[in-house]
Amino acid sequence: MNSAAEKKLDPDQINVILATDCGSTTTKAILIEKVNGEYRQTYRGEAPTTVEEPAADVTVGVVNAVTEVGELAGRKLIDENDEIIRPAQGDTGCDIYISTSSAGGGLQMMVAGVVREMSAASAKRAALGAGAIVMDTICSNDKRLPHEQIQRIRELRPDMILLAGGTDGGTQKHVVQLAELIAPAKPQPRFGGTYKMPIIYAGNQEAIELVEDVFDEDVKLTSVANVRPVLERENLAPARDAIHDLFLEHVMAHAPGYNKLISWADAPIMPTPGAVGNILQTIAERQGINALGVDIGGATTDVFSVFDGTFNRTVSANLGMSYSISNVCASATLPMILRWVHLDMDPRELQNHIKNKMIRPTTIPQTREALVFEQAVAREALRLAYVQHKEFATTLKGVQQQRTVGDTFSQATSGQSIVDNMKLNLLVGSGGVLSHAPNMHQTAAMMIDAFEPEGMTVLAKDSIFMMPHLGVLAQVHPAAALQVFERDCLIYLGSCIAPRGFYRAGKTCFSYQITGETLNESGEMLCGDMLLFPLAEDEWATVTVEPRRGYDFGEGSGKRVEFKARGGTVGLVLDARGRPLMVPTDESRHLAELNSWVEELKLYPEVIRELTP
Amino acid sequence: MTQAYSPGLQVRRRTLHSSRRILPIPGDVLVQVGEQVTAQQIVAQTFMPGDVTPINIANQISVAPSEVPACMLFKEGDEVQVGDLLARSKGIFGFFKSETKAKTAGTIESISHVTGQVILRGAPLPIQVQAYQAGTVKEVIPEQGVVIESEVTFLQGILGIGGETYGTIQFACQSKDQPLTEELLDESMQGKIVIGGARMTGPAVKRGIELGVAAIVSGGMDDEDLKEILGYDLGVAVTGSEHIGTTLIITEGFGDIAMAERTFNLLKEREGAEAAVNGTTQIRAGVLRPEIVIPLDETMTAATSPEETEVTSGLLETGVPVRIIRDPYFGLLGEVGEMPTELRTLESGSQSRVLEVILHSGEKVIVPRANVELIEG
Repeated sequence: MNSAAEKKLDPDQINVILATDCGSTTTKAILIEKVNGEYRQTYRGEAPTTVEEPAADVTVGVVNAVTEVGELAGRKLIDENDEIIRPAQGDTGCDIYISTSSAGGGLQMMVAGVVREMSAASAKRAALGAGAIVMDTICSNDKRLPHEQIQRIRELRPDMILLAGGTDGGTQKHVVQLAELIAPAKPQPRFGGTYKMPIIYAGNQEAIELVEDVFDEDVKLTSVANVRPVLERENLAPARDAIHDLFLEHVMAHAPGYNKLISWADAPIMPTPGAVGNILQTIAERQGINALGVDIGGATTDVFSVFDGTFNRTVSANLGMSYSISNVCASATLPMILRWVHLDMDPRELQNHIKNKMIRPTTIPQTREALVFEQAVAREALRLAYVQHKEFATTLKGVQQQRTVGDTFSQATSGQSIVDNMKLNLLVGSGGVLSHAPNMHQTAAMMIDAFEPEGMTVLAKDSIFMMPHLGVLAQVHPAAALQVFERDCLIYLGSCIAPRGFYRAGKTCFSYQITGETLNESGEMLCGDMLLFPLAEDEWATVTVEPRRGYDFGEGSGKRVEFKARGGTVGLVLDARGRPLMVPTDESRHLAELNSWVEELKLYPEVIRELTP
Repeated sequence: MTQAYSPGLQVRRRTLHSSRRILPIPGDVLVQVGEQVTAQQIVAQTFMPGDVTPINIANQISVAPSEVPACMLFKEGDEVQVGDLLARSKGIFGFFKSETKAKTAGTIESISHVTGQVILRGAPLPIQVQAYQAGTVKEVIPEQGVVIESEVTFLQGILGIGGETYGTIQFACQSKDQPLTEELLDESMQGKIVIGGARMTGPAVKRGIELGVAAIVSGGMDDEDLKEILGYDLGVAVTGSEHIGTTLIITEGFGDIAMAERTFNLLKEREGAEAAVNGTTQIRAGVLRPEIVIPLDETMTAATSPEETEVTSGLLETGVPVRIIRDPYFGLLGEVGEMPTELRTLESGSQSRVLEVILHSGEKVIVPRANVELIEG
């Protein structure tokens, strides 16, 4: 659908690259220029995304963000007609313009499968893997009466429906029965009154004709390979690809002004989560490591993981820092958020602050209190999104999952999560609240608290939120994307070393010895302690840890382990708070410990106030 | 950078406004272009397919699904009444026949030989669309609906609960910063659009629901009160389908916050006028704000001149009126002063583009550009 895909680009002729990412809240623009024969990211700008009145045109936000970049760079990028100037000549214009977008909002889907634990579970995984919000799952054994199921389909108005059921060559009756439920409900799509509701059929291939007979011309039926061709195997890719295609065709295209954006771009516009996933996979492959990435946005929190070569992605569409901030608080509860707040705050006021952010999503914290609170909310949004990711990323092998017959009736317990914090090598944070935190110690602390890494984990952040841009650039100019990624994108924050094991008040957790060029330290960590040692970027240190019984650094309970720790802008963090991480329930002790962590990690140093007019 | 984009809420004394009134599924448009319509007049209607009832005939008369079509005593398209004999099995040698009767009335939509299931569809459900805004039919969209246009006083709120409603504007508060409390509401407000000042309290909303007021409009409300009224915590700002007994609109935000003076004064000017209110809010791609639409009466049409009806370009510039929408100055109004180009360090430690706001009190404050919105109209 992207006409831009047909444009021919000569990589050698590209010196100035302009890239934008139209998020749900903010449109970000970056400029990449060839400096001394190498591509470098040089300037960046941002502006509110303009999907609402009076603009109601996503390209208005793009023009504003690009104008800001142009002003900072001293390069005229927008002409008198508010269009991007191409090609670059002197101090004017750019050679290519590319973009990612998640401005149209999340994809809201309904899935239907014959049995909840089997085909419906596979269909749900396919939908989640495609980045959709699964609004409801209809199945034969969901304990609702048929008319209740039909009423539900009518009320939800999803963007599309995925229907699965039956193994290939198996019984056809049940999946046709499901189709017969969906067809008379005559579901109406959320966007637009002209297009037909897309329904993807990914069930028993021998029932395709029967299913087609059930639906009339009111829907757009697409048949793809079965998500569960045999009981023991999943095949999610065809359904996931079909969802992706229909998402681009239907949902994203309904963001106001999106067609205009397509006509501007020199490469197909990619959904933001797709672009970030591409880049994380590249990192993991190139370094041969297990990596976890997170992109926390205004409407969604996307988590990506590569463990033993297997890539998984989840989009938690109701966990974000602006449009869905209230949902984070409703899901996590205020006390869980306040366990990360070391300042005295009035809960009633906080609840109102949350709602005010929800209704005016583009605002930013001006005071320190507001920042501390938003970062506390972010910890919970990240934690909840990670829980969802771990539940999704069960024992899949690539896009296919082998299951035994014994597993099929107990998905929740049989599918082991392949996400293992002990095996995690690199944790990368991206998105406004992580990328734009005033100091990098805050970014590191948010990631440690939310993801609870175990053993030794290197922490990094997307310097200025450019992973989506580079993800799409990698499709058209891989060399430029790689150069910018290595030089300007990732900022290494340091390493976190923490054992698995429960917090035991007053007990010693582990002893440590650190040797390096600039660092020679040793000591004991009590349960609840955190220590930060400066260890510069490009510097490495040998850390030997000896845990007490009940604590494990990856080699077993009480076993000594030696790590090669990488430094960074924050340094080396030793964390003896226990895993799973639990804060003391006694309020005064909790506050004392929280304050000690804040102080040790230098999270909120006094800043110079420059705001007096 | 001397300009920035920041949309705001519209508050217009006199403007040409149009409402698009569309049926959810195709139907009949009942009015013609040029026709004058009243707010509650039905301008289009259709019938939605009725509720469906699946009946597993195969199970009920104990036959194989493939035999069901032959056992049916009605065919697709036939109407059945409660108690009608739907199907009868052939039995064994003509004996031991099983039968099943219809428990609901409707039309046979399909008979499946694969599942043995019959889908019975109930009587069509009528769906009607009202004009919402009194005015002239400007456009008819065949089979879909109409566009109504008229000169109105138009005000947007920031968040609403509940859908469309109509009534006369009546004030309960005497000033923009007076909280709307329960004792300010009385029986005379039944069916009215009640205007408060600052925060509407939970008891006031409950009292309004008891009295049957059409809508309550005020500056702010407490999150805790909203949670209690709804019975759940609002996760995302997508509203309009709540049925709490009245429609609520807050014009400024959550907390103890006074209504903007301009909004309060404009509503005061239109006290006693008939208005249409819609609390539907969607703060997401394709935003919808709650609104109050008050058609102009003859005296106003003659006495005032129309305001600029084109939307403002959404540009922040020196001199334009703004509302600060984030702490520590949340809710204060003023106008844009200087707009420095360089980034400034905020108290939070973040670097941000800022601007100076000259408050109505004369005080000057510096805030991030993202933390103001235009007062439009």
